[in-house]
Amino acid sequence: MKADRYFSWLAPVTVGAIAVILWHALVKALEVPHYLVPSPALVVQTLFADWGLLFGSLLVTLKITFGAFFMAVLVGTVVAFLFVQSRWVEVSFFPYAVLLQVTPIVAIAPLIIIWVRNPTAALVVCATLVALFPIISNTTLGLRSVNPALIDLFRMNKASRWQTLVRLRIPSAAPYFFGGLRISSGLALIGAVVAEFVAGTGGTSAGLAYQILQAGFSINIPRLFAALFLITVTGVLLFLLMVLLSKLALGSWHESEVKQEA
Amino acid sequence: MSAVSLSAIEARVPVVEALSADKVYADGTRALNPVDLAIWPGEFVTLLGPSGCGKSTLLKMIANLIAPSDGRLLWWRHGFDGVGEAGKNLVMVFQDATLMPWSRVQANVRLPLDLQKINRDTANSRVAEALALVGLTGFERHYPRQLSGGMQMRASIARALVTEPNLLLMDEPFGALDEITRNRLDADLIQLWWKKKLTVIFVTHSIYEAVFLSTRVIVMAARPGRVLAEVTIDEPHPRTDAFRVTQKFAAYAKQLSEHLADASTRGATDL
Repeated sequence: MKADRYFSWLAPVTVGAIAVILWHALVKALEVPHYLVPSPALVVQTLFADWGLLFGSLLVTLKITFGAFFMAVLVGTVVAFLFVQSRWVEVSFFPYAVLLQVTPIVAIAPLIIIWVRNPTAALVVCATLVALFPIISNTTLGLRSVNPALIDLFRMNKASRWQTLVRLRIPSAAPYFFGGLRISSGLALIGAVVAEFVAGTGGTSAGLAYQILQAGFSINIPRLFAALFLITVTGVLLFLLMVLLSKLALGSWHESEVKQEA
Repeated sequence: MSAVSLSAIEARVPVVEALSADKVYADGTRALNPVDLAIWPGEFVTLLGPSGCGKSTLLKMIANLIAPSDGRLLWWRHGFDGVGEAGKNLVMVFQDATLMPWSRVQANVRLPLDLQKINRDTANSRVAEALALVGLTGFERHYPRQLSGGMQMRASIARALVTEPNLLLMDEPFGALDEITRNRLDADLIQLWWKKKLTVIFVTHSIYEAVFLSTRVIVMAARPGRVLAEVTIDEPHPRTDAFRVTQKFAAYAKQLSEHLADASTRGATDL
Protein backbone atom coordinates (compact mmCIF):
# COMPACT_ATOMS: atom_id res chain seq x y z
CA MET A 1 0.00 0.00 0.00
CA LYS A 2 2.68 2.43 1.10
CA ALA A 3 4.94 1.64 -1.85
CA ASP A 4 1.93 2.19 -4.11
CA ARG A 5 1.41 5.63 -2.70
CA TYR A 6 5.01 6.67 -3.23
CA PHE A 7 4.92 5.25 -6.72
CA SER A 8 1.83 7.25 -7.61
CA TRP A 9 3.68 10.55 -7.24
CA LEU A 10 7.25 9.39 -7.80
CA ALA A 11 6.48 8.06 -11.28
CA PRO A 12 5.05 11.28 -12.77
CA VAL A 13 7.76 13.37 -11.06
CA THR A 14 10.44 11.18 -12.61
CA VAL A 15 8.86 11.53 -16.05
CA GLY A 16 8.76 15.30 -15.56
CA ALA A 17 12.39 15.44 -14.42
CA ILE A 18 13.59 13.36 -17.38
CA ALA A 19 11.64 15.59 -19.78
CA VAL A 20 13.22 18.75 -18.31
CA ILE A 21 16.72 17.24 -18.43
CA LEU A 22 16.16 16.12 -22.00
CA TRP A 23 14.85 19.57 -22.94
CA HIS A 24 17.89 21.19 -21.35
CA ALA A 25 20.33 18.77 -23.03
CA LEU A 26 18.74 19.18 -26.47
CA VAL A 27 18.72 22.97 -26.28
CA LYS A 28 22.41 22.94 -25.29
CA ALA A 29 23.49 20.24 -27.75
CA LEU A 30 21.69 21.69 -30.76
CA GLU A 31 22.52 25.25 -29.69
CA VAL A 32 18.91 26.37 -30.11
CA PRO A 33 18.75 30.16 -29.77
CA HIS A 34 16.80 31.28 -26.64
CA TYR A 35 14.40 33.36 -28.74
CA LEU A 36 13.12 30.09 -30.22
CA VAL A 37 13.27 27.69 -27.28
CA PRO A 38 14.87 28.84 -24.05
CA SER A 39 16.48 26.28 -21.76
CA PRO A 40 14.58 25.41 -18.58
CA ALA A 41 17.33 27.06 -16.53
CA LEU A 42 16.79 30.33 -18.39
CA VAL A 43 13.03 30.08 -17.85
CA VAL A 44 13.52 29.70 -14.10
CA GLN A 45 16.04 32.56 -14.14
CA THR A 46 13.52 34.77 -15.98
CA LEU A 47 10.82 33.76 -13.57
CA PHE A 48 12.92 35.13 -10.70
CA ALA A 49 14.18 38.17 -12.59
CA ASP A 50 10.70 39.23 -13.78
CA TRP A 51 8.92 38.06 -10.62
CA GLY A 52 7.52 41.47 -9.73
CA LEU A 53 5.94 41.90 -13.14
CA LEU A 54 4.75 38.31 -13.50
CA PHE A 55 3.41 38.03 -9.97
CA GLY A 56 1.33 41.18 -10.45
CA SER A 57 -0.09 39.67 -13.64
CA LEU A 58 -0.71 36.36 -11.91
CA LEU A 59 -2.79 38.15 -9.27
CA VAL A 60 -4.86 39.82 -11.99
CA THR A 61 -5.49 36.51 -13.75
CA LEU A 62 -6.28 34.81 -10.45
CA LYS A 63 -8.76 37.54 -9.58
CA ILE A 64 -10.60 37.00 -12.87
CA THR A 65 -10.40 33.22 -12.57
CA PHE A 66 -11.78 33.06 -9.05
CA GLY A 67 -14.38 35.70 -9.77
CA ALA A 68 -15.57 33.75 -12.79
CA PHE A 69 -15.45 30.43 -10.96
CA PHE A 70 -17.47 31.84 -8.07
CA MET A 71 -20.04 33.33 -10.44
CA ALA A 72 -20.24 30.09 -12.44
CA VAL A 73 -20.87 28.05 -9.29
CA LEU A 74 -23.44 30.52 -8.03
CA VAL A 75 -25.34 30.96 -11.30
CA GLY A 76 -24.91 27.34 -12.37
CA THR A 77 -26.30 25.99 -9.11
CA VAL A 78 -29.27 28.36 -9.15
CA VAL A 79 -30.04 27.45 -12.76
CA ALA A 80 -29.78 23.72 -11.95
CA PHE A 81 -32.20 24.12 -9.05
CA LEU A 82 -34.63 25.96 -11.33
CA PHE A 83 -34.29 23.20 -13.94
CA VAL A 84 -35.24 20.42 -11.53
CA GLN A 85 -38.25 22.32 -10.21
CA SER A 86 -40.10 21.43 -13.38
CA ARG A 87 -39.48 19.48 -16.57
CA TRP A 88 -41.13 22.30 -18.40
CA VAL A 89 -38.47 24.81 -17.34
CA GLU A 90 -35.66 22.40 -18.16
CA VAL A 91 -37.00 21.45 -21.59
CA SER A 92 -37.56 25.11 -22.47
CA PHE A 93 -34.22 26.47 -21.32
CA PHE A 94 -31.67 23.64 -21.50
CA PRO A 95 -31.06 24.06 -25.25
CA TYR A 96 -30.00 27.65 -24.56
CA ALA A 97 -27.53 26.51 -21.95
CA VAL A 98 -26.07 24.21 -24.62
CA LEU A 99 -26.06 27.13 -27.08
CA LEU A 100 -24.05 29.14 -24.58
CA GLN A 101 -21.62 26.27 -24.21
CA VAL A 102 -21.00 25.66 -27.92
CA THR A 103 -20.61 29.30 -28.93
CA PRO A 104 -16.85 30.04 -28.91
CA ILE A 105 -16.08 32.63 -26.28
CA VAL A 106 -13.65 34.43 -28.60
CA ALA A 107 -16.60 35.12 -30.90
CA ILE A 108 -18.74 36.82 -28.28
CA ALA A 109 -16.00 38.31 -26.10
CA PRO A 110 -15.72 41.52 -28.20
CA LEU A 111 -19.45 42.11 -27.71
CA ILE A 112 -19.23 41.59 -23.98
CA ILE A 113 -16.23 43.90 -23.77
CA ILE A 114 -18.25 46.59 -25.56
CA TRP A 115 -21.33 46.07 -23.40
CA VAL A 116 -19.62 45.83 -20.03
CA ARG A 117 -17.74 49.03 -19.31
CA ASN A 118 -15.53 47.82 -16.48
CA PRO A 119 -12.72 45.77 -18.11
CA THR A 120 -12.29 43.41 -15.15
CA ALA A 121 -16.05 42.78 -14.98
CA ALA A 122 -16.11 42.13 -18.73
CA LEU A 123 -13.36 39.54 -18.41
CA VAL A 124 -15.13 37.89 -15.48
CA VAL A 125 -18.33 37.67 -17.51
CA CYS A 126 -16.47 36.02 -20.42
CA ALA A 127 -14.73 33.48 -18.19
CA THR A 128 -17.99 32.78 -16.34
CA LEU A 129 -19.71 31.88 -19.61
CA VAL A 130 -16.93 29.37 -20.30
CA ALA A 131 -17.02 27.84 -16.83
CA LEU A 132 -20.80 27.79 -16.37
CA PHE A 133 -21.99 24.79 -18.33
CA PRO A 134 -20.38 21.90 -16.40
CA ILE A 135 -21.90 23.22 -13.18
CA ILE A 136 -25.37 23.46 -14.74
CA SER A 137 -25.31 20.08 -16.43
CA ASN A 138 -23.63 18.14 -13.62
CA THR A 139 -25.74 19.63 -10.84
CA THR A 140 -28.96 19.13 -12.81
CA LEU A 141 -28.01 15.52 -13.50
CA GLY A 142 -27.12 15.03 -9.84
CA LEU A 143 -30.34 16.52 -8.52
CA ARG A 144 -32.24 14.17 -10.83
CA SER A 145 -30.15 11.09 -10.05
CA VAL A 146 -31.89 10.16 -6.85
CA ASN A 147 -32.64 6.52 -6.05
CA PRO A 148 -36.38 6.25 -6.91
CA ALA A 149 -36.96 3.92 -3.96
CA LEU A 150 -35.59 6.61 -1.64
CA ILE A 151 -38.03 9.09 -3.20
CA ASP A 152 -40.84 6.62 -2.47
CA LEU A 153 -39.56 6.28 1.08
CA PHE A 154 -39.62 10.05 1.57
CA ARG A 155 -43.11 10.21 0.07
CA MET A 156 -44.38 7.48 2.36
CA ASN A 157 -42.98 9.41 5.31
CA LYS A 158 -44.82 12.51 4.09
CA ALA A 159 -41.62 14.48 3.68
CA SER A 160 -42.12 18.06 2.53
CA ARG A 161 -40.60 19.31 -0.70
CA TRP A 162 -38.00 21.16 1.34
CA GLN A 163 -37.07 18.10 3.42
CA THR A 164 -36.71 16.01 0.27
CA LEU A 165 -34.49 18.67 -1.27
CA VAL A 166 -32.19 19.13 1.71
CA ARG A 167 -32.02 15.58 2.98
CA LEU A 168 -32.17 13.68 -0.29
CA ARG A 169 -31.65 15.63 -3.49
CA ILE A 170 -28.72 17.79 -2.41
CA PRO A 171 -26.65 14.95 -0.88
CA SER A 172 -27.42 12.77 -3.92
CA ALA A 173 -26.23 15.55 -6.20
CA ALA A 174 -23.04 16.29 -4.25
CA PRO A 175 -20.72 13.85 -6.10
CA TYR A 176 -21.91 15.19 -9.47
CA PHE A 177 -21.56 18.77 -8.27
CA PHE A 178 -17.96 18.21 -7.20
CA GLY A 179 -17.24 16.55 -10.54
CA GLY A 180 -18.60 19.72 -12.14
CA LEU A 181 -16.35 21.87 -9.92
CA ARG A 182 -13.22 20.08 -11.16
CA ILE A 183 -14.06 20.72 -14.80
CA SER A 184 -15.34 24.21 -14.20
CA SER A 185 -12.32 25.44 -12.21
CA GLY A 186 -10.01 24.60 -15.11
CA LEU A 187 -12.39 26.20 -17.58
CA ALA A 188 -12.55 29.38 -15.49
CA LEU A 189 -8.77 29.74 -15.84
CA ILE A 190 -8.88 29.00 -19.57
CA GLY A 191 -11.78 31.43 -19.93
CA ALA A 192 -9.87 34.13 -18.07
CA VAL A 193 -6.75 33.71 -20.23
CA VAL A 194 -8.73 33.61 -23.49
CA ALA A 195 -10.75 36.67 -22.50
CA GLU A 196 -7.55 38.55 -21.65
CA PHE A 197 -6.14 37.67 -25.07
CA VAL A 198 -9.23 38.99 -26.81
CA ALA A 199 -9.48 42.07 -24.67
CA GLY A 200 -5.74 42.69 -24.81
CA THR A 201 -6.07 45.04 -21.89
CA GLY A 202 -2.88 46.85 -21.08
CA GLY A 203 -1.76 49.04 -18.25
CA THR A 204 -1.97 48.17 -14.61
CA SER A 205 -4.65 45.51 -14.74
CA ALA A 206 -2.80 43.28 -17.20
CA GLY A 207 -2.97 39.54 -16.61
CA LEU A 208 -0.67 36.70 -17.61
CA ALA A 209 -2.18 36.47 -21.10
CA TYR A 210 -1.20 40.08 -21.68
CA GLN A 211 2.36 39.24 -20.58
CA ILE A 212 2.41 36.35 -23.04
CA LEU A 213 1.19 38.61 -25.85
CA GLN A 214 3.72 41.30 -25.03
CA ALA A 215 6.54 38.78 -24.65
CA GLY A 216 5.58 37.35 -28.04
CA PHE A 217 5.63 40.75 -29.72
CA SER A 218 9.02 41.58 -28.25
CA ILE A 219 10.37 38.07 -28.84
CA ASN A 220 11.05 37.73 -25.12
CA ILE A 221 10.50 33.99 -25.30
CA PRO A 222 11.93 33.14 -21.86
CA ARG A 223 9.35 35.46 -20.27
CA LEU A 224 6.64 33.92 -22.42
CA PHE A 225 7.63 30.51 -21.10
CA ALA A 226 7.72 31.79 -17.53
CA ALA A 227 4.19 33.20 -17.84
CA LEU A 228 3.02 29.98 -19.44
CA PHE A 229 4.58 28.07 -16.57
CA LEU A 230 2.67 30.17 -14.04
CA ILE A 231 -0.64 29.56 -15.84
CA THR A 232 -0.03 25.82 -15.89
CA VAL A 233 0.93 25.72 -12.21
CA THR A 234 -2.20 27.72 -11.37
CA GLY A 235 -4.35 25.25 -13.28
CA VAL A 236 -2.80 22.28 -11.53
CA LEU A 237 -3.17 23.89 -8.09
CA LEU A 238 -6.81 24.74 -8.82
CA PHE A 239 -7.47 21.15 -9.80
CA LEU A 240 -5.77 19.85 -6.64
CA LEU A 241 -7.81 22.29 -4.56
CA MET A 242 -11.01 20.88 -6.07
CA VAL A 243 -9.83 17.33 -5.42
CA LEU A 244 -9.18 18.27 -1.81
CA LEU A 245 -12.60 19.92 -1.44
CA SER A 246 -14.28 16.87 -2.92
CA LYS A 247 -12.34 14.61 -0.58
CA LEU A 248 -13.37 16.68 2.43
CA ALA A 249 -17.02 16.68 1.44
CA LEU A 250 -17.44 13.11 0.18
CA GLY A 251 -14.51 11.28 1.71
CA SER A 252 -16.52 9.52 4.35
CA TRP A 253 -19.06 7.91 2.09
CA HIS A 254 -18.79 8.21 -1.68
CA GLU A 255 -17.26 5.37 -3.73
CA SER A 256 -15.04 7.74 -5.70
CA GLU A 257 -13.31 8.98 -2.55
CA VAL A 258 -13.34 5.91 -0.35
CA LYS A 259 -10.09 3.92 -0.36
CA GLN A 260 -10.68 0.41 -1.60
CA GLU A 261 -9.95 -1.94 1.27
CA ALA A 262 -8.55 -5.28 0.28
CA MET B 1 -68.45 0.11 26.33
CA SER B 2 -65.49 -1.60 27.92
CA ALA B 3 -61.97 -1.56 26.56
CA VAL B 4 -62.08 -5.29 25.92
CA SER B 5 -65.04 -5.14 23.54
CA LEU B 6 -63.50 -2.11 21.84
CA SER B 7 -60.38 -4.05 20.99
CA ALA B 8 -62.55 -6.93 19.84
CA ILE B 9 -64.18 -4.59 17.33
CA GLU B 10 -60.74 -3.29 16.39
CA ALA B 11 -59.65 -6.82 15.54
CA ARG B 12 -62.50 -7.12 13.06
CA VAL B 13 -61.48 -4.00 11.12
CA PRO B 14 -59.36 -5.13 8.20
CA VAL B 15 -55.99 -3.41 7.92
CA VAL B 16 -56.27 -3.16 4.15
CA GLU B 17 -59.09 -3.97 1.77
CA ALA B 18 -58.75 -4.07 -1.98
CA LEU B 19 -62.16 -3.73 -3.63
CA SER B 20 -61.95 -4.73 -7.29
CA ALA B 21 -58.72 -2.79 -7.50
CA ASP B 22 -56.97 -3.24 -10.83
CA LYS B 23 -54.18 -1.62 -12.81
CA VAL B 24 -54.10 -0.92 -16.52
CA TYR B 25 -51.23 1.20 -17.80
CA ALA B 26 -51.72 4.03 -20.25
CA ASP B 27 -50.47 1.87 -23.14
CA GLY B 28 -53.24 -0.65 -22.46
CA THR B 29 -51.03 -3.20 -20.67
CA ARG B 30 -53.05 -4.93 -18.00
CA ALA B 31 -50.73 -5.24 -15.00
CA LEU B 32 -53.35 -6.56 -12.63
CA ASN B 33 -56.87 -7.95 -12.98
CA PRO B 34 -59.37 -6.72 -10.37
CA VAL B 35 -58.36 -7.96 -6.93
CA ASP B 36 -60.57 -8.41 -3.90
CA LEU B 37 -58.60 -8.90 -0.77
CA ALA B 38 -58.76 -8.19 2.95
CA ILE B 39 -55.77 -8.26 5.27
CA TRP B 40 -56.51 -8.68 8.96
CA PRO B 41 -54.57 -7.44 11.98
CA GLY B 42 -51.75 -9.75 13.01
CA GLU B 43 -51.60 -11.60 9.70
CA PHE B 44 -48.43 -12.38 7.78
CA VAL B 45 -49.65 -12.44 4.20
CA THR B 46 -47.35 -13.29 1.32
CA LEU B 47 -48.00 -12.36 -2.30
CA LEU B 48 -46.33 -15.18 -4.23
CA GLY B 49 -45.88 -15.39 -7.97
CA PRO B 50 -43.52 -15.17 -10.96
CA SER B 51 -42.25 -11.84 -12.27
CA GLY B 52 -44.95 -9.90 -14.06
CA CYS B 53 -47.79 -11.28 -11.93
CA GLY B 54 -48.51 -7.85 -10.47
CA LYS B 55 -47.47 -8.68 -6.93
CA SER B 56 -45.26 -5.60 -6.63
CA THR B 57 -47.94 -3.51 -8.34
CA LEU B 58 -50.48 -4.68 -5.77
CA LEU B 59 -48.07 -3.93 -2.93
CA LYS B 60 -47.38 -0.44 -4.29
CA MET B 61 -51.12 0.18 -4.52
CA ILE B 62 -51.42 -0.84 -0.88
CA ALA B 63 -48.55 1.55 -0.11
CA ASN B 64 -50.48 4.25 -2.01
CA LEU B 65 -47.42 4.77 -4.22
CA ILE B 66 -49.54 4.05 -7.29
CA ALA B 67 -53.27 4.47 -7.69
CA PRO B 68 -55.56 1.70 -8.94
CA SER B 69 -57.03 2.28 -12.40
CA ASP B 70 -60.41 1.15 -11.15
CA GLY B 71 -61.82 -0.09 -7.88
CA ARG B 72 -60.48 1.22 -4.61
CA LEU B 73 -58.48 0.49 -1.52
CA LEU B 74 -59.35 1.10 2.10
CA TRP B 75 -56.98 1.30 5.02
CA TRP B 76 -58.63 0.59 8.39
CA ARG B 77 -61.91 1.37 6.58
CA HIS B 78 -60.60 4.83 5.65
CA GLY B 79 -59.33 6.42 2.49
CA PHE B 80 -55.56 6.95 2.51
CA ASP B 81 -55.90 10.51 3.81
CA GLY B 82 -57.69 9.14 6.86
CA VAL B 83 -54.83 6.81 7.83
CA GLY B 84 -52.94 9.42 9.82
CA GLU B 85 -56.11 10.75 11.46
CA ALA B 86 -56.98 7.23 12.56
CA GLY B 87 -53.60 7.12 14.31
CA LYS B 88 -52.29 4.43 11.99
CA ASN B 89 -49.18 4.24 9.87
CA LEU B 90 -47.79 1.92 7.26
CA VAL B 91 -44.21 1.58 6.15
CA MET B 92 -42.39 -0.18 3.37
CA VAL B 93 -39.15 -2.10 3.07
CA PHE B 94 -37.84 -2.09 -0.49
CA GLN B 95 -36.03 -4.61 -2.68
CA ASP B 96 -32.74 -2.89 -1.98
CA ALA B 97 -31.82 -1.62 1.45
CA THR B 98 -32.18 1.96 0.05
CA LEU B 99 -30.05 3.43 2.81
CA MET B 100 -28.65 6.90 2.28
CA PRO B 101 -24.93 6.27 1.65
CA TRP B 102 -23.93 9.64 3.11
CA SER B 103 -25.54 8.94 6.48
CA ARG B 104 -24.44 6.61 9.24
CA VAL B 105 -26.67 3.73 10.27
CA GLN B 106 -28.08 5.70 13.19
CA ALA B 107 -29.09 8.67 11.04
CA ASN B 108 -30.51 6.34 8.38
CA VAL B 109 -32.74 4.57 10.85
CA ARG B 110 -33.72 7.86 12.46
CA LEU B 111 -34.85 9.37 9.13
CA PRO B 112 -38.62 8.78 9.53
CA LEU B 113 -38.47 10.34 13.01
CA ASP B 114 -36.40 13.27 11.76
CA LEU B 115 -38.95 13.90 9.01
CA GLN B 116 -41.63 14.02 11.71
CA LYS B 117 -39.40 16.49 13.61
CA ILE B 118 -39.25 14.30 16.69
CA ASN B 119 -36.85 15.45 19.41
CA ARG B 120 -33.34 14.15 18.76
CA ASP B 121 -32.83 12.40 22.12
CA THR B 122 -36.19 10.63 22.01
CA ALA B 123 -35.51 9.65 18.42
CA ASN B 124 -32.06 8.27 19.24
CA SER B 125 -33.37 6.07 22.02
CA ARG B 126 -36.05 4.70 19.69
CA VAL B 127 -33.38 4.08 17.06
CA ALA B 128 -31.35 2.15 19.63
CA GLU B 129 -34.40 -0.02 20.38
CA ALA B 130 -35.05 -0.67 16.70
CA LEU B 131 -31.40 -1.55 16.07
CA ALA B 132 -31.48 -3.95 19.02
CA LEU B 133 -34.56 -5.64 17.51
CA VAL B 134 -32.72 -6.41 14.28
CA GLY B 135 -29.43 -7.27 15.97
CA LEU B 136 -27.45 -4.23 14.85
CA THR B 137 -26.56 -2.76 18.22
CA GLY B 138 -23.03 -1.39 18.06
CA PHE B 139 -23.22 -0.48 14.36
CA GLU B 140 -24.75 2.98 14.89
CA ARG B 141 -21.62 4.81 13.70
CA HIS B 142 -21.04 2.65 10.62
CA TYR B 143 -21.69 3.82 7.11
CA PRO B 144 -23.93 1.59 4.95
CA ARG B 145 -21.00 0.61 2.70
CA GLN B 146 -19.25 -0.86 5.75
CA LEU B 147 -22.09 -3.34 6.27
CA SER B 148 -22.75 -6.62 4.46
CA GLY B 149 -25.85 -6.95 2.27
CA GLY B 150 -27.72 -8.76 5.02
CA MET B 151 -26.81 -6.15 7.61
CA GLN B 152 -27.89 -3.34 5.27
CA MET B 153 -31.26 -5.06 4.97
CA ARG B 154 -31.45 -5.32 8.76
CA ALA B 155 -30.81 -1.58 9.00
CA SER B 156 -33.56 -1.03 6.44
CA ILE B 157 -35.97 -3.10 8.55
CA ALA B 158 -34.94 -1.16 11.66
CA ARG B 159 -35.78 2.07 9.81
CA ALA B 160 -39.23 0.63 9.07
CA LEU B 161 -39.80 -0.52 12.67
CA VAL B 162 -38.68 2.71 14.30
CA THR B 163 -42.07 4.29 13.60
CA GLU B 164 -43.85 1.31 15.22
CA PRO B 165 -45.93 0.68 12.10
CA ASN B 166 -49.41 -0.83 12.08
CA LEU B 167 -48.68 -2.35 8.71
CA LEU B 168 -45.31 -3.41 7.34
CA LEU B 169 -45.00 -3.85 3.57
CA MET B 170 -42.00 -5.76 2.25
CA ASP B 171 -41.20 -5.93 -1.46
CA GLU B 172 -38.90 -8.94 -2.03
CA PRO B 173 -36.61 -7.61 0.69
CA PHE B 174 -34.21 -10.56 0.75
CA GLY B 175 -34.27 -11.34 -2.98
CA ALA B 176 -30.72 -10.13 -3.57
CA LEU B 177 -29.17 -12.04 -0.66
CA ASP B 178 -27.57 -15.48 -0.65
CA GLU B 179 -29.73 -18.34 0.55
CA ILE B 180 -28.02 -18.79 3.90
CA THR B 181 -28.37 -15.12 4.79
CA ARG B 182 -31.91 -15.08 3.48
CA ASN B 183 -32.94 -18.03 5.66
CA ARG B 184 -31.44 -16.40 8.73
CA LEU B 185 -33.22 -13.10 8.03
CA ASP B 186 -36.48 -14.97 7.41
CA ALA B 187 -36.14 -16.68 10.77
CA ASP B 188 -35.40 -13.39 12.52
CA LEU B 189 -38.25 -11.65 10.72
CA ILE B 190 -40.81 -14.22 11.78
CA GLN B 191 -39.62 -13.93 15.40
CA LEU B 192 -39.94 -10.17 15.19
CA TRP B 193 -43.43 -10.39 13.69
CA TRP B 194 -44.49 -12.71 16.48
CA LYS B 195 -42.91 -10.71 19.27
CA LYS B 196 -44.11 -7.27 18.09
CA LYS B 197 -47.55 -8.51 16.88
CA LEU B 198 -46.94 -6.89 13.49
CA THR B 199 -49.13 -7.08 10.42
CA VAL B 200 -46.98 -7.85 7.39
CA ILE B 201 -47.60 -8.06 3.65
CA PHE B 202 -44.59 -9.70 2.04
CA VAL B 203 -43.83 -10.08 -1.66
CA THR B 204 -41.64 -12.93 -2.86
CA HIS B 205 -41.15 -15.36 -5.74
CA SER B 206 -39.72 -18.01 -3.44
CA ILE B 207 -42.19 -20.77 -2.59
CA TYR B 208 -40.13 -21.87 0.43
CA GLU B 209 -39.90 -18.38 1.82
CA ALA B 210 -43.68 -18.02 1.44
CA VAL B 211 -44.40 -21.26 3.28
CA PHE B 212 -41.95 -20.56 6.06
CA LEU B 213 -43.13 -17.04 6.82
CA SER B 214 -46.82 -16.79 6.08
CA THR B 215 -50.04 -17.31 7.84
CA ARG B 216 -51.66 -16.95 4.44
CA VAL B 217 -50.26 -17.05 0.90
CA ILE B 218 -51.91 -15.28 -2.03
CA VAL B 219 -50.76 -17.14 -5.17
CA MET B 220 -50.61 -14.96 -8.26
CA ALA B 221 -50.04 -15.55 -11.99
CA ALA B 222 -48.79 -13.40 -14.84
CA ARG B 223 -50.17 -12.16 -18.18
CA PRO B 224 -52.44 -10.75 -17.01
CA GLY B 225 -51.48 -10.36 -13.36
CA ARG B 226 -54.15 -12.01 -11.28
CA VAL B 227 -54.84 -13.79 -8.03
CA LEU B 228 -55.00 -17.58 -8.49
CA ALA B 229 -55.57 -18.96 -5.06
CA GLU B 230 -55.25 -18.42 -1.35
CA VAL B 231 -53.54 -20.97 0.85
CA THR B 232 -53.58 -20.77 4.62
CA ILE B 233 -50.38 -22.08 6.20
CA ASP B 234 -51.74 -23.68 9.32
CA GLU B 235 -48.58 -24.08 11.35
CA PRO B 236 -48.21 -22.74 14.88
CA HIS B 237 -45.91 -19.88 15.81
CA PRO B 238 -43.23 -19.08 16.64
CA ARG B 239 -41.76 -21.13 13.82
CA THR B 240 -38.12 -22.12 13.75
CA ASP B 241 -35.82 -23.58 11.12
CA ALA B 242 -37.01 -27.05 12.21
CA PHE B 243 -40.25 -26.32 10.30
CA ARG B 244 -38.31 -26.27 7.02
CA VAL B 245 -37.54 -29.99 7.18
CA THR B 246 -41.01 -31.25 8.11
CA GLN B 247 -43.36 -33.17 5.79
CA LYS B 248 -45.98 -30.51 6.35
CA PHE B 249 -43.60 -27.88 4.96
CA ALA B 250 -42.98 -30.02 1.87
CA ALA B 251 -46.71 -30.58 1.41
CA TYR B 252 -47.42 -26.85 1.51
CA ALA B 253 -44.59 -26.16 -0.91
CA LYS B 254 -45.97 -28.81 -3.26
CA GLN B 255 -49.47 -27.34 -3.05
CA LEU B 256 -48.18 -23.85 -3.89
CA SER B 257 -46.01 -25.01 -6.78
CA GLU B 258 -48.94 -26.97 -8.23
CA HIS B 259 -51.03 -23.80 -8.24
CA LEU B 260 -48.20 -21.96 -9.99
CA ALA B 261 -47.61 -24.81 -12.48
CA ASP B 262 -51.34 -24.96 -13.33
CA ALA B 263 -51.33 -21.29 -14.14
CA SER B 264 -48.24 -21.51 -16.34
CA THR B 265 -49.55 -24.48 -18.40
CA ARG B 266 -52.89 -22.77 -18.80
CA GLY B 267 -51.08 -19.59 -19.77
CA ALA B 268 -49.08 -21.53 -22.36
CA THR B 269 -52.16 -23.07 -24.02
CA ASP B 270 -53.76 -19.62 -24.16
CA LEU B 271 -50.94 -18.59 -26.47
